[in-house]
Amino acid sequence: MTDPLKIWIIIFFLGVGTYLIRFSFLGLVGDRKLPKWFTQHLNYVGVAVMPGLIIPFLVWPDATGGALDAPRLIAAIAAFGIGMWRRSALWSVIAGITTLYTLMYILG
Amino acid sequence: MNINPTSSKSAFWLGYRDNIPFWLIVAPFGMLFGAVATEAGFTIIQTMIMTAFVVAGSSQFTALTLLQDGAPTLIILATSLAVNLRMAMYSAALVPHLGRAPLGMRALFAYFLVDQSYATSINAYTDNPEMTLIQKCRYFMGSFTCLLPVWLVSTYVGALIGAKIPPEYALDFAVPICFIALSAPMMRSLPHFMAALVSMGGTLIFISAPYSTGLLIAALLAMIAGVQTENWLKRRADND
Repeated sequence: MTDPLKIWIIIFFLGVGTYLIRFSFLGLVGDRKLPKWFTQHLNYVGVAVMPGLIIPFLVWPDATGGALDAPRLIAAIAAFGIGMWRRSALWSVIAGITTLYTLMYILG
Repeated sequence: MNINPTSSKSAFWLGYRDNIPFWLIVAPFGMLFGAVATEAGFTIIQTMIMTAFVVAGSSQFTALTLLQDGAPTLIILATSLAVNLRMAMYSAALVPHLGRAPLGMRALFAYFLVDQSYATSINAYTDNPEMTLIQKCRYFMGSFTCLLPVWLVSTYVGALIGAKIPPEYALDFAVPICFIALSAPMMRSLPHFMAALVSMGGTLIFISAPYSTGLLIAALLAMIAGVQTENWLKRRADND
């Protein structure tokens, strides 16, 4: 059993810290102009962060004890390809989920 | 479906609508968090206050895992906050679009700055450069209005059920598919592809960096790769 005080301390500081991270630029910079080289880099924030978040889940999935898993890999590629082609999150999610469940059913 | 994003009222609903696909992801993810948290010894009150106050699923999972491992408080906080540092980049990326909004509104937006609201908004702003400040604000509000209730309710349901969700549902895939669905529509050009490649390669190379800071190193390198590719393409076009 974890000490409740420790839980509350973690909830409080994780909440405050996360808020300050989110507030940082949006709150403090406001309508001041950012340098051009800086905003040019910011155009790539999404594609610089999110693929990196995905890759460990694909290469070492917890569910298979860290072994490469064909259904997950193929479903990821399907979700990515369809999402890019249709420029749509909805189609990406649908493609990923149906591919994963179909392959798990066939191979399972 | 075609809603005109340049009318303010429909900008809100467009933001709302663009986030509906993520119900499929946020709902199981929230349930999973609720279930895991109560299993880890959280009361329902603690689970709900955490989920409503932090609103950042992956860092909440990180904190839970480390708590169960018996890690010291400071290490738990440093590691979980490092997971959220990417949001400083989202915050900066939104400045050119939302920076002129009043401070109170920006303070509110900061609370709701999650992966989905950032990604769907920035995509809409880039696709519709004629959007006004008010329309951009309304779109952002629509995006989080769509997802926050689902996140809270599903966490609560998960905390109540508490039972383990069967592995056949492959819920471990909810997180990667979420980020795939968010990033696939962002692949607009070769520089974006280069950034994505460097992001993936860099994360794998720096995977054992302390406090999960590998992602941040990889992201910085990826942004540089994107800009360098963009500049290189420009120079090449100028020389032709």
